[in-house]
Amino acid sequence: MARTRLAAAFVVMGLTLAAVPAFADARSDSKAQVDFGIKAAQRDLWKEALYRWKRAVEIDPTYAAAFNNLAIAFEHNGQFDDARVAYEKALELEPNNVLIKQNYDLFREINDRANRNGER
Amino acid sequence: MTGRTATANGSTRRLVTFGAGALALTLIASGCVSFYEIPIETPIKAKLDLTPFQRVHVVGFIAGGSDDVDANLETVRLLRSQLRTRSGLRVIEADVLPLAEIAQEMNKDSGAPAEAPAAPAEPATPDKPVTPEVKPTPEVVDPAGQSPQQAAPAVARVRDEKSLASFEPIFANVEYWKKLGEEFQQPLIVTGTVLFTPQSKSGMVSQTRETYDNLGRRVVVPQRVFMERKGYILRPKLVFIDGRSGAVLYQESYREERLYPSQQNVPALSSFFEQMDAVLPSFLNTLSTTRVRGSRIMLK
Repeated sequence: MARTRLAAAFVVMGLTLAAVPAFADARSDSKAQVDFGIKAAQRDLWKEALYRWKRAVEIDPTYAAAFNNLAIAFEHNGQFDDARVAYEKALELEPNNVLIKQNYDLFREINDRANRNGER
Repeated sequence: MTGRTATANGSTRRLVTFGAGALALTLIASGCVSFYEIPIETPIKAKLDLTPFQRVHVVGFIAGGSDDVDANLETVRLLRSQLRTRSGLRVIEADVLPLAEIAQEMNKDSGAPAEAPAAPAEPATPDKPVTPEVKPTPEVVDPAGQSPQQAAPAVARVRDEKSLASFEPIFANVEYWKKLGEEFQQPLIVTGTVLFTPQSKSGMVSQTRETYDNLGRRVVVPQRVFMERKGYILRPKLVFIDGRSGAVLYQESYREERLYPSQQNVPALSSFFEQMDAVLPSFLNTLSTTRVRGSRIMLK
Protein backbone atom coordinates (compact mmCIF):
# COMPACT_ATOMS: atom_id res chain seq x y z
CA MET A 1 0.00 0.00 0.00
CA ALA A 2 2.82 2.33 1.06
CA ARG A 3 4.77 1.38 -2.04
CA THR A 4 1.79 2.24 -4.30
CA ARG A 5 1.43 5.64 -2.66
CA LEU A 6 5.11 6.33 -3.15
CA ALA A 7 4.88 5.35 -6.79
CA ALA A 8 1.89 7.61 -7.28
CA ALA A 9 3.73 10.46 -5.62
CA PHE A 10 6.68 9.93 -7.96
CA VAL A 11 4.41 9.91 -10.99
CA VAL A 12 2.79 13.19 -9.91
CA MET A 13 6.20 14.72 -9.22
CA GLY A 14 7.49 13.56 -12.57
CA LEU A 15 4.53 15.01 -14.40
CA THR A 16 4.91 18.32 -12.58
CA LEU A 17 8.61 18.52 -13.37
CA ALA A 18 7.91 17.70 -17.01
CA ALA A 19 5.24 20.38 -17.20
CA VAL A 20 7.41 23.19 -15.82
CA PRO A 21 9.92 23.29 -18.70
CA ALA A 22 7.05 22.91 -21.16
CA PHE A 23 5.33 25.95 -19.64
CA ALA A 24 8.61 27.85 -19.53
CA ASP A 25 9.19 27.00 -23.20
CA ALA A 26 5.71 28.15 -24.17
CA ARG A 27 6.22 31.45 -22.37
CA SER A 28 9.65 32.06 -23.86
CA ASP A 29 8.43 31.17 -27.36
CA SER A 30 5.45 33.41 -26.89
CA LYS A 31 7.70 36.17 -25.57
CA ALA A 32 9.87 35.92 -28.66
CA GLN A 33 6.76 36.40 -30.83
CA VAL A 34 5.67 39.35 -28.70
CA ASP A 35 9.09 40.97 -28.98
CA PHE A 36 9.10 40.56 -32.71
CA GLY A 37 5.58 41.96 -32.90
CA ILE A 38 6.61 45.02 -30.94
CA LYS A 39 9.50 45.66 -33.31
CA ALA A 40 7.18 45.26 -36.28
CA ALA A 41 4.60 47.67 -34.83
CA GLN A 42 7.32 50.21 -34.11
CA ARG A 43 8.21 50.06 -37.81
CA ASP A 44 4.54 50.54 -38.65
CA LEU A 45 4.23 46.95 -39.90
CA TRP A 46 0.94 46.31 -38.17
CA LYS A 47 -0.04 43.28 -40.23
CA GLU A 48 3.12 41.50 -39.20
CA ALA A 49 2.66 42.61 -35.60
CA LEU A 50 -0.88 41.29 -35.60
CA TYR A 51 0.28 37.93 -36.92
CA ARG A 52 3.04 37.68 -34.29
CA TRP A 53 0.75 38.50 -31.40
CA LYS A 54 -1.87 36.05 -32.64
CA ARG A 55 0.85 33.38 -32.63
CA ALA A 56 1.94 34.49 -29.16
CA VAL A 57 -1.51 33.97 -27.65
CA GLU A 58 -1.86 30.63 -29.41
CA ILE A 59 1.45 29.45 -27.95
CA ASP A 60 0.73 30.78 -24.49
CA PRO A 61 -2.91 31.61 -23.81
CA THR A 62 -2.03 32.81 -20.30
CA TYR A 63 0.23 35.66 -21.45
CA ALA A 64 -1.61 38.89 -20.65
CA ALA A 65 0.91 41.16 -22.42
CA ALA A 66 0.39 39.27 -25.67
CA PHE A 67 -3.39 39.75 -25.44
CA ASN A 68 -2.91 43.44 -24.65
CA ASN A 69 -0.70 43.93 -27.71
CA LEU A 70 -3.05 41.91 -29.87
CA ALA A 71 -5.91 44.16 -28.75
CA ILE A 72 -3.89 47.23 -29.78
CA ALA A 73 -3.31 45.76 -33.24
CA PHE A 74 -7.01 44.95 -33.62
CA GLU A 75 -7.87 48.46 -32.54
CA HIS A 76 -5.45 49.92 -35.06
CA ASN A 77 -7.19 47.84 -37.74
CA GLY A 78 -10.63 49.03 -36.68
CA GLN A 79 -11.62 45.52 -35.50
CA PHE A 80 -13.30 46.77 -32.36
CA ASP A 81 -15.08 43.56 -31.36
CA ASP A 82 -11.87 41.56 -31.53
CA ALA A 83 -10.01 44.28 -29.67
CA ARG A 84 -12.57 44.24 -26.87
CA VAL A 85 -12.30 40.46 -26.49
CA ALA A 86 -8.51 40.62 -26.40
CA TYR A 87 -8.43 43.47 -23.87
CA GLU A 88 -10.92 41.66 -21.66
CA LYS A 89 -8.86 38.49 -21.81
CA ALA A 90 -5.72 40.46 -20.89
CA LEU A 91 -7.52 41.99 -17.93
CA GLU A 92 -8.90 38.63 -16.90
CA LEU A 93 -5.33 37.31 -16.76
CA GLU A 94 -3.93 40.40 -15.04
CA PRO A 95 -6.80 42.29 -13.43
CA ASN A 96 -4.52 44.70 -11.58
CA ASN A 97 -2.36 45.74 -14.48
CA VAL A 98 -2.83 49.50 -14.69
CA LEU A 99 -1.30 49.76 -18.15
CA ILE A 100 -3.77 47.30 -19.64
CA LYS A 101 -6.58 49.07 -17.80
CA GLN A 102 -5.43 52.40 -19.23
CA ASN A 103 -5.34 51.01 -22.76
CA TYR A 104 -8.78 49.47 -22.29
CA ASP A 105 -10.27 52.73 -21.01
CA LEU A 106 -8.92 54.62 -24.02
CA PHE A 107 -10.21 51.93 -26.34
CA ARG A 108 -13.67 52.03 -24.78
CA GLU A 109 -13.89 55.76 -25.29
CA ILE A 110 -13.29 55.36 -29.02
CA ASN A 111 -15.37 52.21 -29.28
CA ASP A 112 -18.36 53.96 -27.72
CA ARG A 113 -18.04 56.72 -30.29
CA ALA A 114 -17.87 54.22 -33.13
CA ASN A 115 -20.92 52.42 -31.74
CA ARG A 116 -22.83 55.67 -31.58
CA ASN A 117 -22.05 56.13 -35.27
CA GLY A 118 -23.33 52.64 -35.98
CA GLU A 119 -26.57 53.13 -34.08
CA ARG A 120 -27.55 56.30 -35.88
CA MET B 1 29.41 31.06 23.41
CA THR B 2 28.56 34.66 23.11
CA GLY B 3 31.13 35.02 20.33
CA ARG B 4 29.70 32.08 18.42
CA THR B 5 26.20 33.42 18.77
CA ALA B 6 27.34 36.78 17.48
CA THR B 7 29.03 35.14 14.48
CA ALA B 8 25.97 33.03 13.81
CA ASN B 9 23.75 36.12 13.97
CA GLY B 10 26.05 37.96 11.56
CA SER B 11 26.04 35.15 8.99
CA THR B 12 22.27 34.78 9.30
CA ARG B 13 21.87 38.52 8.65
CA ARG B 14 24.20 38.28 5.64
CA LEU B 15 22.20 35.30 4.38
CA VAL B 16 18.93 37.13 4.84
CA THR B 17 20.31 40.22 3.08
CA PHE B 18 21.66 38.11 0.24
CA GLY B 19 18.38 36.19 0.00
CA ALA B 20 16.36 39.38 -0.09
CA GLY B 21 18.65 40.83 -2.75
CA ALA B 22 18.39 37.68 -4.84
CA LEU B 23 14.64 37.63 -4.42
CA ALA B 24 14.43 41.27 -5.46
CA LEU B 25 16.62 40.61 -8.49
CA THR B 26 14.51 37.58 -9.39
CA LEU B 27 11.34 39.60 -9.02
CA ILE B 28 12.77 42.41 -11.14
CA ALA B 29 13.95 39.93 -13.75
CA SER B 30 10.71 38.02 -13.87
CA GLY B 31 8.12 40.56 -12.87
CA CYS B 32 9.56 43.74 -14.35
CA VAL B 33 7.29 44.67 -17.19
CA SER B 34 8.90 46.34 -20.16
CA PHE B 35 6.54 48.61 -21.96
CA TYR B 36 6.62 50.74 -25.05
CA GLU B 37 4.34 53.57 -25.95
CA ILE B 38 3.17 53.51 -29.52
CA PRO B 39 1.11 56.02 -31.48
CA ILE B 40 -1.93 54.50 -33.14
CA GLU B 41 -4.58 55.79 -35.48
CA THR B 42 -7.92 54.16 -34.86
CA PRO B 43 -10.25 54.28 -37.84
CA ILE B 44 -13.84 55.29 -37.13
CA LYS B 45 -16.07 54.15 -39.94
CA ALA B 46 -18.23 56.66 -41.77
CA LYS B 47 -21.79 56.87 -40.53
CA LEU B 48 -23.16 56.70 -44.06
CA ASP B 49 -22.40 54.33 -46.88
CA LEU B 50 -21.52 56.65 -49.73
CA THR B 51 -20.74 54.06 -52.37
CA PRO B 52 -23.86 54.91 -54.43
CA PHE B 53 -22.83 58.57 -54.64
CA GLN B 54 -20.15 60.32 -56.61
CA ARG B 55 -21.30 63.82 -55.93
CA VAL B 56 -22.50 65.82 -52.99
CA HIS B 57 -24.72 68.87 -53.10
CA VAL B 58 -24.87 71.15 -50.09
CA VAL B 59 -28.02 72.93 -51.15
CA GLY B 60 -28.72 75.34 -48.32
CA PHE B 61 -30.11 75.60 -44.83
CA ILE B 62 -33.07 77.07 -43.10
CA ALA B 63 -31.19 79.56 -40.99
CA GLY B 64 -32.19 81.96 -38.29
CA GLY B 65 -31.25 83.72 -35.12
CA SER B 66 -28.70 86.48 -35.31
CA ASP B 67 -28.80 88.98 -38.18
CA ASP B 68 -25.04 89.46 -37.89
CA VAL B 69 -24.27 86.25 -39.75
CA ASP B 70 -25.89 84.82 -42.85
CA ALA B 71 -25.87 81.34 -41.35
CA ASN B 72 -27.25 79.76 -44.51
CA LEU B 73 -24.57 81.10 -46.81
CA GLU B 74 -21.71 80.68 -44.33
CA THR B 75 -22.66 77.10 -43.50
CA VAL B 76 -22.91 76.13 -47.15
CA ARG B 77 -19.55 77.73 -47.95
CA LEU B 78 -17.85 76.08 -45.00
CA LEU B 79 -19.24 72.60 -45.59
CA ARG B 80 -18.49 72.72 -49.29
CA SER B 81 -14.90 73.74 -48.68
CA GLN B 82 -14.47 70.96 -46.10
CA LEU B 83 -15.98 68.38 -48.44
CA ARG B 84 -13.77 69.51 -51.31
CA THR B 85 -10.62 68.82 -49.34
CA ARG B 86 -11.66 66.02 -47.03
CA SER B 87 -13.99 63.76 -48.95
CA GLY B 88 -13.77 61.76 -52.11
CA LEU B 89 -17.03 63.20 -53.38
CA ARG B 90 -17.28 65.81 -56.09
CA VAL B 91 -18.84 68.93 -54.65
CA ILE B 92 -21.52 70.58 -56.76
CA GLU B 93 -21.00 74.32 -56.95
CA ALA B 94 -24.47 75.70 -57.38
CA ASP B 95 -26.25 78.73 -56.01
CA VAL B 96 -27.28 78.45 -52.40
CA LEU B 97 -31.02 77.81 -52.12
CA PRO B 98 -33.08 80.15 -49.96
CA LEU B 99 -34.58 77.16 -48.24
CA ALA B 100 -36.64 79.14 -45.72
CA GLU B 101 -38.52 80.82 -48.56
CA ILE B 102 -39.06 77.53 -50.35
CA ALA B 103 -40.31 75.89 -47.16
CA GLN B 104 -42.64 78.79 -46.52
CA GLU B 105 -44.12 78.52 -49.98
CA MET B 106 -44.59 74.82 -49.48
CA ASN B 107 -46.38 75.48 -46.24
CA LYS B 108 -48.68 77.97 -47.98
CA ASP B 109 -49.46 75.45 -50.68
CA SER B 110 -49.80 72.60 -48.25
CA GLY B 111 -51.65 69.84 -49.96
CA ALA B 112 -50.43 70.96 -53.38
CA PRO B 113 -47.32 69.30 -54.82
CA ALA B 114 -44.12 71.10 -54.03
CA GLU B 115 -42.58 73.28 -56.65
CA ALA B 116 -39.30 71.86 -57.76
CA PRO B 117 -36.42 74.15 -58.53
CA ALA B 118 -35.80 75.07 -62.14
CA ALA B 119 -33.62 72.83 -64.21
CA PRO B 120 -30.03 73.88 -64.73
CA ALA B 121 -29.29 75.80 -67.89
CA GLU B 122 -26.93 73.10 -69.09
CA PRO B 123 -26.15 69.60 -67.88
CA ALA B 124 -23.56 69.29 -65.19
CA THR B 125 -20.25 67.78 -66.07
CA PRO B 126 -17.52 66.80 -63.64
CA ASP B 127 -15.28 69.54 -65.02
CA LYS B 128 -17.90 72.18 -65.25
CA PRO B 129 -20.06 72.45 -62.19
CA VAL B 130 -23.58 73.57 -62.71
CA THR B 131 -24.94 76.88 -61.60
CA PRO B 132 -28.65 76.50 -61.91
CA GLU B 133 -30.96 79.39 -62.16
CA VAL B 134 -32.86 78.70 -59.02
CA LYS B 135 -36.51 79.56 -58.92
CA PRO B 136 -37.38 78.31 -55.53
CA THR B 137 -40.76 79.92 -55.19
CA PRO B 138 -43.69 79.59 -57.51
CA GLU B 139 -44.78 82.57 -59.50
CA VAL B 140 -47.35 83.80 -57.11
CA VAL B 141 -49.04 87.06 -57.90
CA ASP B 142 -50.09 88.84 -54.77
CA PRO B 143 -53.35 90.77 -54.44
CA ALA B 144 -51.57 94.01 -55.29
CA GLY B 145 -50.71 92.53 -58.65
CA GLN B 146 -46.98 92.35 -57.99
CA SER B 147 -44.98 89.26 -58.79
CA PRO B 148 -42.38 88.00 -56.27
CA GLN B 149 -39.67 89.56 -58.42
CA GLN B 150 -41.21 92.96 -57.90
CA ALA B 151 -41.99 92.54 -54.24
CA ALA B 152 -39.82 90.08 -52.38
CA PRO B 153 -41.95 87.65 -50.40
CA ALA B 154 -41.99 88.38 -46.72
CA VAL B 155 -40.24 85.40 -45.19
CA ALA B 156 -41.19 84.74 -41.62
CA ARG B 157 -38.20 85.41 -39.40
CA VAL B 158 -36.69 82.37 -37.82
CA ARG B 159 -35.83 83.48 -34.34
CA ASP B 160 -35.97 80.34 -32.26
CA GLU B 161 -36.40 76.59 -32.45
CA LYS B 162 -40.17 76.91 -32.24
CA SER B 163 -40.39 79.06 -35.36
CA LEU B 164 -37.85 76.80 -37.05
CA ALA B 165 -40.03 73.76 -36.50
CA SER B 166 -42.71 75.09 -38.82
CA PHE B 167 -40.23 74.98 -41.73
CA GLU B 168 -39.04 71.46 -41.12
CA PRO B 169 -41.68 69.52 -43.11
CA ILE B 170 -39.66 70.44 -46.21
CA PHE B 171 -37.16 67.71 -45.33
CA ALA B 172 -39.87 65.08 -45.55
CA ASN B 173 -40.97 66.27 -49.00
CA VAL B 174 -39.60 63.31 -50.91
CA GLU B 175 -40.84 64.54 -54.29
CA TYR B 176 -39.09 67.86 -53.96
CA TRP B 177 -35.72 66.33 -53.08
CA LYS B 178 -36.06 63.60 -55.68
CA LYS B 179 -36.67 66.17 -58.38
CA LEU B 180 -33.74 68.26 -57.17
CA GLY B 181 -31.60 65.11 -57.16
CA GLU B 182 -32.55 64.29 -60.74
CA GLU B 183 -31.40 67.71 -61.85
CA PHE B 184 -27.98 67.27 -60.29
CA GLN B 185 -27.34 63.67 -61.32
CA GLN B 186 -28.62 62.14 -58.12
CA PRO B 187 -26.08 63.36 -55.60
CA LEU B 188 -26.06 63.06 -51.86
CA ILE B 189 -27.94 66.14 -50.72
CA VAL B 190 -26.85 67.94 -47.57
CA THR B 191 -29.28 70.36 -46.02
CA GLY B 192 -30.79 71.15 -42.62
CA THR B 193 -31.33 73.99 -40.24
CA VAL B 194 -28.91 76.36 -38.54
CA LEU B 195 -29.91 78.49 -35.62
CA PHE B 196 -27.29 80.97 -34.44
CA THR B 197 -28.65 83.00 -31.57
CA PRO B 198 -27.09 85.60 -29.31
CA GLN B 199 -26.95 84.70 -25.69
CA SER B 200 -26.08 86.58 -22.54
CA LYS B 201 -25.72 85.22 -19.06
CA SER B 202 -24.67 86.59 -15.73
CA GLY B 203 -23.65 84.61 -12.72
CA MET B 204 -20.78 83.22 -10.72
CA VAL B 205 -17.87 81.96 -12.77
CA SER B 206 -14.79 80.04 -11.61
CA GLN B 207 -11.57 81.78 -12.48
CA THR B 208 -7.95 81.69 -11.51
CA ARG B 209 -6.17 84.79 -10.31
CA GLU B 210 -2.42 85.23 -10.35
CA THR B 211 -0.79 86.89 -7.38
CA TYR B 212 2.71 87.16 -5.99
CA ASP B 213 3.50 86.29 -2.39
CA ASN B 214 5.93 88.10 -0.07
CA LEU B 215 8.87 86.23 -1.59
CA GLY B 216 7.86 87.24 -5.11
CA ARG B 217 6.66 83.81 -6.08
CA ARG B 218 3.79 83.49 -8.50
CA VAL B 219 0.70 82.00 -6.91
CA VAL B 220 -2.44 80.98 -8.79
CA VAL B 221 -5.55 81.31 -6.68
CA PRO B 222 -8.91 79.87 -7.80
CA GLN B 223 -11.82 82.19 -7.18
CA ARG B 224 -15.44 82.62 -8.07
CA VAL B 225 -16.51 85.95 -9.44
CA PHE B 226 -19.76 87.40 -10.65
CA MET B 227 -19.53 88.03 -14.35
CA GLU B 228 -21.69 89.14 -17.19
CA ARG B 229 -21.00 87.19 -20.32
CA LYS B 230 -22.36 87.28 -23.80
CA GLY B 231 -21.91 85.07 -26.76
CA TYR B 232 -23.78 82.82 -29.12
CA ILE B 233 -25.46 79.46 -29.27
CA LEU B 234 -25.15 77.45 -32.46
CA ARG B 235 -27.73 74.75 -33.12
CA PRO B 236 -27.16 73.11 -36.49
CA LYS B 237 -29.16 70.14 -37.66
CA LEU B 238 -27.68 68.41 -40.66
CA VAL B 239 -29.94 66.37 -42.87
CA PHE B 240 -28.54 63.98 -45.47
CA ILE B 241 -30.91 63.12 -48.29
CA ASP B 242 -30.59 60.48 -50.98
CA GLY B 243 -30.78 62.37 -54.28
CA ARG B 244 -32.08 59.25 -56.02
CA SER B 245 -35.12 58.63 -53.84
CA GLY B 246 -35.53 61.94 -52.01
CA ALA B 247 -35.58 60.10 -48.70
CA VAL B 248 -33.76 61.28 -45.60
CA LEU B 249 -30.82 58.96 -45.01
CA TYR B 250 -29.57 60.37 -41.78
CA GLN B 251 -29.80 63.47 -39.64
CA GLU B 252 -27.89 64.75 -36.70
CA SER B 253 -28.33 67.72 -34.39
CA TYR B 254 -25.62 69.55 -32.50
CA ARG B 255 -25.51 72.25 -29.90
CA GLU B 256 -22.56 74.49 -29.22
CA GLU B 257 -22.34 77.48 -26.93
CA ARG B 258 -19.62 80.07 -26.50
CA LEU B 259 -19.76 82.83 -23.93
CA TYR B 260 -17.21 85.57 -23.61
CA PRO B 261 -16.69 88.28 -20.97
CA SER B 262 -18.93 91.21 -21.86
CA GLN B 263 -15.90 93.52 -22.20
CA GLN B 264 -14.48 91.25 -24.89
CA ASN B 265 -15.94 92.19 -28.23
CA VAL B 266 -16.00 88.96 -30.21
CA PRO B 267 -17.45 89.32 -33.71
CA ALA B 268 -20.42 87.08 -34.42
CA LEU B 269 -18.70 85.56 -37.45
CA SER B 270 -15.67 84.54 -35.36
CA SER B 271 -17.89 82.87 -32.83
CA PHE B 272 -19.85 81.17 -35.61
CA PHE B 273 -16.71 79.63 -37.09
CA GLU B 274 -15.32 78.75 -33.68
CA GLN B 275 -18.44 76.73 -32.98
CA MET B 276 -18.66 75.22 -36.44
CA ASP B 277 -15.10 73.98 -35.93
CA ALA B 278 -16.40 71.82 -33.11
CA VAL B 279 -19.16 70.39 -35.29
CA LEU B 280 -17.04 69.68 -38.37
CA PRO B 281 -15.27 66.48 -37.22
CA SER B 282 -18.59 64.77 -36.62
CA PHE B 283 -19.98 66.07 -39.91
CA LEU B 284 -16.97 64.76 -41.80
CA ASN B 285 -17.19 61.44 -39.98
CA THR B 286 -20.68 61.06 -41.38
CA LEU B 287 -19.28 61.01 -44.88
CA SER B 288 -15.84 59.55 -44.56
CA THR B 289 -13.84 57.32 -42.27
CA THR B 290 -11.83 59.38 -39.86
CA ARG B 291 -8.81 58.29 -37.89
CA VAL B 292 -8.52 59.12 -34.23
CA ARG B 293 -4.95 59.62 -33.14
CA GLY B 294 -3.87 58.32 -29.78
CA SER B 295 -1.29 56.17 -28.13
CA ARG B 296 -1.29 52.82 -26.38
CA ILE B 297 1.17 50.90 -24.22
CA MET B 298 2.60 47.71 -25.64
CA LEU B 299 3.76 45.25 -23.04
CA LYS B 300 6.53 42.66 -23.10
